[in-house]
Amino acid sequence: MSNPELTPDEIEQADRNRRRSKLLAIMFVVPLLLFIFVTFVAPIGTMLYRSFYHPTVSELIPNTLEALDDWSEEGSDLPPTPTLNIFAVELKTLFEERLSGKLAEEINRSYPGASSLIKSTARKVSRADTAELETAGAALLLDSHPKWQQVELWRSIKKAGSVFTADYYLTALDLERDPSGEIVQRGTRIYLDLYWKSLKIAFYITVLTAIIGFPLAWYLANAPTRVANTLMIFVLLPFWTSLLVRTTSWIALLQTNGVVNSTLQALHIISSPLEMMYTQFATVIAMTHILLPFMILPLYSVMKGIDPSYFRAALSLGAKPIPAFIRIYMPMTVPGLSAGALLVFIISIGYYITPALVGGTEGQMISNLIAFHMQSSNNWELAAALGSLLLLLITLLYWLYDRLVGISNLKLG
Amino acid sequence: MAQFPRYFTIWQKLGLSGVKLTAWLVLLFLMAPILVIIPLSFNAEPYFTFTEGMVALDPDAYSLKWYREILSEEKWLLAIKNSFYIGIMATIVATILGTTAAIGLTRSDMPFQRMIMALLLSPMIVPLIITAAGMFFFYTQLDIAGSYIGVILAHAALGTPFVVITVNAALAGFDYSLVRASLGMGAKPVYTFFKVIMPLIRPGVISGALFAFVTSFDEVIVVLFLAGPEQRTIPRQMFSGLREEINPTILAVATLLVILSGLLLLTMEYLRARSERLRSAAV
Repeated sequence: MSNPELTPDEIEQADRNRRRSKLLAIMFVVPLLLFIFVTFVAPIGTMLYRSFYHPTVSELIPNTLEALDDWSEEGSDLPPTPTLNIFAVELKTLFEERLSGKLAEEINRSYPGASSLIKSTARKVSRADTAELETAGAALLLDSHPKWQQVELWRSIKKAGSVFTADYYLTALDLERDPSGEIVQRGTRIYLDLYWKSLKIAFYITVLTAIIGFPLAWYLANAPTRVANTLMIFVLLPFWTSLLVRTTSWIALLQTNGVVNSTLQALHIISSPLEMMYTQFATVIAMTHILLPFMILPLYSVMKGIDPSYFRAALSLGAKPIPAFIRIYMPMTVPGLSAGALLVFIISIGYYITPALVGGTEGQMISNLIAFHMQSSNNWELAAALGSLLLLLITLLYWLYDRLVGISNLKLG
Repeated sequence: MAQFPRYFTIWQKLGLSGVKLTAWLVLLFLMAPILVIIPLSFNAEPYFTFTEGMVALDPDAYSLKWYREILSEEKWLLAIKNSFYIGIMATIVATILGTTAAIGLTRSDMPFQRMIMALLLSPMIVPLIITAAGMFFFYTQLDIAGSYIGVILAHAALGTPFVVITVNAALAGFDYSLVRASLGMGAKPVYTFFKVIMPLIRPGVISGALFAFVTSFDEVIVVLFLAGPEQRTIPRQMFSGLREEINPTILAVATLLVILSGLLLLTMEYLRARSERLRSAAV
C-alpha cells in the first residue's frame, strides 16, 4: 500500500503508531487471558489429561510392572518365578503401608473378584519376611489361591499398570475389550443411556420453556411500556434469585406432604398424595422454572423490535389471524427463539444441582454420574472421560450458538 | 391494552384474551414458587408445608424461631461470613481483570478478537461440574484446594465473563477520540482512565460486578469440590441441609436471599435506567 501523498518517513511513522496501539490493546487483554489460562483452561486441560492418564497402579507396583514388561501376555504361560517373587515383596510392602486395598480396587475393575483375592493374599504374604519372599514368594502366592495361576489375572494386572489408556473412554461409551482385545459392546448400557436421557430432558425443558415463554414474551413486548417494565420485574426476580432457593421452593411444593399435595387434598381433587418428588417430572418442571427467564429475555428483545404493521398489513390484505401469525410474525421471532433455545439447551444439558436434589435416581442427568464418580466411587479417570465427552458436546453447541447468534451478542438482564 | 380495536371479531378478541390469560398464568408460574416459601419460613412447626393453623391465620402457628436458629447456629454464621468474603474478593479480581480486558477487546486493532472473546466467555458455558472436576484435579496439584484462595480464584474465573460482557456493552459506541483528546492535552493514562473512560462505563462495570458477585454468591458445585469445611458458603450449607435434614431454617435463609435478590434487582434496574439516560444524552 503506497500513498503518493505521504513520504516514506510518514508511512513508517503511521505503521509504528498502528503497531503501538495494537500492542496496547493486547496488553489490556493479556492479564485476563493469563488468569483464565491458569484458573480455568489449565484445570480443564488437567481433566482431559486425567481421562487417559492413569498412573495409580504403576505407582503402587512399579517393580512388578517393570518385570512384566519382558513377559508376553499373548502366550499361555504365567510370568516367570522371579517376577512373581517381586510381586509378592511389593504386595507385602503395600499391605504394611495400607495400600493393598487400593491395588485390589484398581485390579478389580478389569478382573472382577480380584479385590478379595488380593486383600486376602496380601494378608498372607505380610506374615512372611521379605528375605523369604524374595526367593519363595512365587510359591507362596500360587499356593494361597488357585486364581493366581490364571494367566488372565496377570494380563489384567499388566494392563492396569499401563500409564496411558483409552479404557475409560471405552467404559464411558459402554464398550469394552474382550479377551482377544477386540472392542465390543458391553452387556448393559449405562452411560450412553444416560447421555441420551440428559439430551431428552434438556430437549423437554427447551420445548417447554419455548411454549410457555412465547406468550409471555409476546405480551410483554406488546404491552404499554409502563406495564411491561413492571411485569418484567416478575421475570427478572426469579432470574436473580439463588438457584438453591428456587430448588428449595420446588421441594416445598412437590414433596409428598408438600404444598401441592396438601392443597389438592384439601380441595378433594385427589385422595392420596401424588409422588412427584424424586422423579424425572420433578427435574423437568423445576428446571423449566429455573431456565424460563433465559428463554423469555432473548425472545422479548427480538419481539420488541418487530414492527406490528407487518402483521396488521397481512390481516388487512385478507389473511386469517392464525395463518398470518404463523407465516408472518413467527418467522421474525426465530432469531430470539433460536438464541433462547440454544442457551436453555446448553445450560440444562450439564445441570447438576437441581437434578441432584429433586430428581431421585429417575431424574438424574450425566452430571450427577460425573459427580458420583468424583465423590463416591472415586473413579476419577472415568469421571474425567465422561466429563470430556460432555465437554465435546457442549463445545459443538457453543460453536453452533456462536455461528447462529454470535457470542458477542449475548445480553444480560 | 384494555380495549380491543372495534374491527376485531369475537374470535380474535377471545384469542387475544386467551394469550393474555396464558401470559398471566406464566407470570404466576414464575413467581408463585418463590413467594410460597416466604410464609412457610414463619412456620411454627418443623414442616415444609402449610399447617392447618397457618391456613386459619392463627398467630400461634407462625413463629420467628427459624430466623433465630440462623443467628444462633455457628455453621450458618460461618456460611454467611464466607459467602460475603469469597464473593467480594472474587468480584474485585473479576471486575478489575474483566474491565481492562473488555477495554482492550473493543479496540478495533485487537487481533483474534472473536477467538479470544469465545475463550474468555467459556467459563460461563462449560458445565460447572466439568469446571469443578478440572479445578479439583489442578488445584490439588497446586495445593490450593480446600483453601480460601482456591475458591476465590475459581469464583473470580467464573465471574469474569459477565464483567467482560457488560463492560463490552457499555463500551459499544464509546468514542475513543475522547481518550485521544485527554491524552493529547497532557493527561496521564491512569488519570484519563479514571476521569474519562470510567465515568462513561461505570454503569456497565457496576452491573458486571454485581453479576460476578451473584455468580459467586450462588455457586455450589465448585465449592462442593474445592472447599474444605472451613470455606462452606450459604448455598453449600443449603445443599447439604436439603440432602440431610430438611428443616425450615433453610426456608428462612431462602427468604432472606429472596429479599437480597430483590435489592440487587432494584439496583440493576436503576443502573440500567441510568445508562440508558447517559446513552441518550450522548447521542
